Amino acid sequence: MTAPENETQDFAIEGHGDISVGVRGAGASGDGSASATRITPGNALRPEDIALEIRKGQVKPSDDVAEYALRIGDDGLILAQRLGHWISRAPELEEDVALGNIALDQLGHARSFLTYAGAAWDKSEDDLAYFRREHEFRSAHLFEQPNGDFAVTIARQFIVSYYQFELYKRLTGSTDATIAAIAAKALKEVDYHRDHSAQWVLRLAGGTEESRRRIVQAFKLVWPYVEELFEDDELTARLAESGAGVQPSSLRADFDQLTGAILSEAGLDEELNLERIPQSLGGGRQGKHSEHLGYLLAEMQVLAREHPGASW
Amino acid sequence: MASQNLQSVPAELSPEELEREQAGQAYFDRIISEDSRIEPRDWMPEAYRKTLLRQISQHAHSEIIGMQPEANWITRAPSLKRKAILMAKVQDEAGHGLYLYSAAETLGQSRDKMTSDLIAGKARYSSIFNYPAISWADMGAIGWLVDGAAICNQVPLCRASYGPYGRAMVRICKEESFHQRQGFEILLELSNGTPAQKQMAQDAVNRWYAPALMMFGPPDDDSPNSKQSMAWNIKRFSNDELRSRFVGMMVEQVKVLGLTLPDKDIRFNEETKKWEHGPLDWNEFKDVLAGKGPCNAQRLERRREAHDDGAWVREAAAEYARKQAEKEYAA
Repeated sequence: MTAPENETQDFAIEGHGDISVGVRGAGASGDGSASATRITPGNALRPEDIALEIRKGQVKPSDDVAEYALRIGDDGLILAQRLGHWISRAPELEEDVALGNIALDQLGHARSFLTYAGAAWDKSEDDLAYFRREHEFRSAHLFEQPNGDFAVTIARQFIVSYYQFELYKRLTGSTDATIAAIAAKALKEVDYHRDHSAQWVLRLAGGTEESRRRIVQAFKLVWPYVEELFEDDELTARLAESGAGVQPSSLRADFDQLTGAILSEAGLDEELNLERIPQSLGGGRQGKHSEHLGYLLAEMQVLAREHPGASW
Repeated sequence: MASQNLQSVPAELSPEELEREQAGQAYFDRIISEDSRIEPRDWMPEAYRKTLLRQISQHAHSEIIGMQPEANWITRAPSLKRKAILMAKVQDEAGHGLYLYSAAETLGQSRDKMTSDLIAGKARYSSIFNYPAISWADMGAIGWLVDGAAICNQVPLCRASYGPYGRAMVRICKEESFHQRQGFEILLELSNGTPAQKQMAQDAVNRWYAPALMMFGPPDDDSPNSKQSMAWNIKRFSNDELRSRFVGMMVEQVKVLGLTLPDKDIRFNEETKKWEHGPLDWNEFKDVLAGKGPCNAQRLERRREAHDDGAWVREAAAEYARKQAEKEYAA
């Protein structure tokens, strides 16, 4: 990092606090062609890298894989939009950071999956996020459920992260190299999400009477949306056959076992009696959503739609 | 360094205590004159401790309250890349608040106490966050101008005489540079976009320019605490000096943006070799500081709400930790 040219040594501290802007002629040094915000440590797979491969014609998903990536990407996008709302509202600053971090991870996965999916239809991640209508989204209902109180957010995150972990673990072996690469990056992050939500389930269940009451109520509220995550259909059957994807039902046993262990450690299993909670019909993968998604999209898309074709 | 012995020693001290105080003061004076660092366990004058505690906690509060105007646009960010960058930025600010509260805790006050002072309206934070972020371009202007001004203020603080503060500032400044760049990039993109986007960018710069300049604090002849802070090596440059440097940097960068600063009086004074700017409305500054800004009540209420709504979560975590410790003890 370099200091602005006209700085005196006593003012600039070597190595940080640079307010140059990385643009030539801006009274600052730096590579004028570089994006000021293109800072990613290591060689992590970024959505921009996938977009570049697409432009070079190096990768292109089959229609089936694109549909599949759209589902997974929409799950992450909708959840990131929900979690993003917590930032500046969390119960502790540490949770502002943690929930923000999980939101960022989910958004990162979504951007990669949507970028890849879009290659099949000549659409960008932003075309897909901002210019589709409600019935064109393929996310499952769980992801659009409102944040509720902290317990509801944790219960939702607990289910999501155990589901996503099992999914990404298998997708690292996908015959589609791009899906495998995105899953490999996502897996490490989702592992942390599991840890975060499991710890909170234990704390809330074993904390005060109030926290226990709230986490029990929270699970009752979100558990009806579990079944939908594990429903197979024709698309997933074809993808499982080709090895590019998996049948969601094949994740269920591991999911049940691992979540069951935590819920049992939390002493919640009997009280919740999950098997008796009626399961919602779902339909998200076919574009049938709850009442919540419309509001979420209205807020997310409003500015982009005010300026169609604009670049940001 | 002269005139460090500002502490009047209370009369009721025993001879031993008096001796300890004098030895402490001598050590402190030597450290300051050597431009070295005071650490938490070192003796320090009570006024030095209070000044630092006030400054660091205000700085922490500013980071935390400052999350709000930007969080206001996370859900509406117009592209996914911008959404990710903005989320990361607001998350950084929570992290800065955490380091700074920790640094302040080394001076003997708990984060809980600082938070309750903030919520009770007893503590201050940077008054600029009492202005509303009403358009997407405000995300650019806040990054470029507000974070830019913050960096000018904060880079010299990396050498502040109090160790934990200086070290926290090193990391904070690194991240603030990224924040300033992303703000510049937002404005650059808008300025090169559609006429409506360019207008949005200019409007945001017009609104944030003067409040950003006032972030450096009142003019030197109206800044009673500055002199002492400089003598203690907490502050290194005067308010006006930092403001002038900042104007000089912005005047160049705004040209690249293809925008203008709303100040016809900016000029480089060849005699003093300093940048000068037009008059600022210090009455407005004082009004906003006194609680009359457009968002003062809203910002505090949001913080109070988050804190109160989260009380049961914090209680649960504490209770769970207590029970776990009890179990371990029993085992």
